[in-house]
Amino acid sequence: MSLIEVVGLSQKYGDRTVLNNINVNIEKGEVFALIGPTGAGKTTLLRLIDLLEVPTSGKIYFDGIDTTALGRMKLRIRRRMAFVLQKPSVFNMNIYDNIAYGLKWRGKSRKEIEAKVNYLLEVIGLSALRHKNARTLSGGEAQRVAIARALAVEPEVLLLDEPTANLDPISTLKIEELIQNIFRQYRTTIVMATHDLSQGRRLAHRIGVMVDGEIIQVGKADEIFNSPTNREVAEFVGVENIISGVIVSRDGDIVTIDLNGKLIEAISDGAVGDEVYACIRPEDVTLAPSKAISSARNALAGEITRVVLTGSLVHVEVDCGFSLIALVTKKSTEELKLRSGDQIYAGFKASAVHVIKKQ
Amino acid sequence: MTEIWNGLIQAIGLIASLDPEVMEIAGRSLMISVTATILASLACLPLASIIHFHRFPGKRLLINIIQTLFSLPTVVVGLFVFVLFSRAGPLGGLDIMFTPALMIIGQAVLITPILLGLIISALGGVDRTMVDTALSLGASGPQVALAIIREARYAVTAAVIIGFSRAISEVGLAIMVGGNIKGFTRVLTTAISLETSKGELGYQ
Repeated sequence: MSLIEVVGLSQKYGDRTVLNNINVNIEKGEVFALIGPTGAGKTTLLRLIDLLEVPTSGKIYFDGIDTTALGRMKLRIRRRMAFVLQKPSVFNMNIYDNIAYGLKWRGKSRKEIEAKVNYLLEVIGLSALRHKNARTLSGGEAQRVAIARALAVEPEVLLLDEPTANLDPISTLKIEELIQNIFRQYRTTIVMATHDLSQGRRLAHRIGVMVDGEIIQVGKADEIFNSPTNREVAEFVGVENIISGVIVSRDGDIVTIDLNGKLIEAISDGAVGDEVYACIRPEDVTLAPSKAISSARNALAGEITRVVLTGSLVHVEVDCGFSLIALVTKKSTEELKLRSGDQIYAGFKASAVHVIKKQ
Repeated sequence: MTEIWNGLIQAIGLIASLDPEVMEIAGRSLMISVTATILASLACLPLASIIHFHRFPGKRLLINIIQTLFSLPTVVVGLFVFVLFSRAGPLGGLDIMFTPALMIIGQAVLITPILLGLIISALGGVDRTMVDTALSLGASGPQVALAIIREARYAVTAAVIIGFSRAISEVGLAIMVGGNIKGFTRVLTTAISLETSKGELGYQ
């Protein structure tokens, strides 16, 4: 039995549907990331799991108990979880008392509180500031206090809502390390929301992709990244080239797809006549001045329409019947003298094309 | 002009020499108003929390009524308490007319709307996420309320101070239900009012 089972969950505020028929299971001892753009409903789902809101319809089972049917028992279930809100929220008191608050509410002894809080202050590296008012902390420090405060109550489930949103890269790194350490040490089940896909890949065992109030794909991090099952997920995981086409022939595993008049080869189990999206990652596209002999099955002639420098990498947009973006290094761009208006061959392997059937 | 000047000198003299009667009256004023403020605060803190943390029909209206009562004239409360506690009134049997006890009750009633209204808005000033934070850390209903009152402690303290200042500065109610009895219910405001009407700007 899963620790948390969400069944047919919907949440409406007036006419606005925030969550629509969510079904997801979270297993004991896993790190599950809800990934999706802002406004997808991640926070609402976490709030519902933490019993801070009552759903419009559907059920949430916690350890087999139907939480939507509970009245006064809610507190007991809620005390088995801890929720760290997106906005670092600390009480207007010193850091020590902030971390101790949840334990005080549970009526723990002064001695026990002292031992736990002192330990957690060490873990988050803020021992020296224990008597400082938490309101004077930076965002990253306040978020560390909030996480320590949640951990102090030794929750079975730790809910994290965008724990590193609005934080600088160094604070983000520290928070991510903290989350990894927590998991290693306590094996706490963690459900975290994030809009940062790479963070999800770094921290989570499984990922649920949320778009517009629905979970559209659940799977292992690599699965989501390499084989998105629909266009929205593909867009979200950073596939910049998503081209609409039709499968025109098949030879074993290899299919030929007609993309706006240009034929490419790809690996797919789709049938001839299927309408599909061909997804090609920009880093899988190579550029060559002539049609080179190569193992790549696809080489399309085209014209460079745009060259955009982003850090040490360059986004090159090629018009080869359809728009194709290639990601190349700055050095290659200089060596090949890539410029807007140049004729070029864009190549990619058949295995680099991920084919999604249109729904 | 000399009269006002003399009165002022006399007043300073009375305070500086710690005149026993002035001290006694000031002490009684403080005792009555502090007690009234404490009683009203003890009633208003939970009541304000209940109103703030619960959703119910007519909540907005109730808060509007409470705010309207901020400017309740002291003599209206005086009249109300007078009628209630006079010998023929429903609580006449308690026989506390013209006693400090009734003045405390009257002042507590007088400042209740102010305390209630200001504490409600003080609680409303605390970020809503703090309530969620407390709940998510396993606080029960009353524990959440206490945490939020603690968060709003400066604004709540200000509310209590404003309530106290209204209690100690009012005169209408003190005279109506206290009666300005020398050595028993005479307070600073009623003493000043009496002496001024006698034409004495100082105090003999």
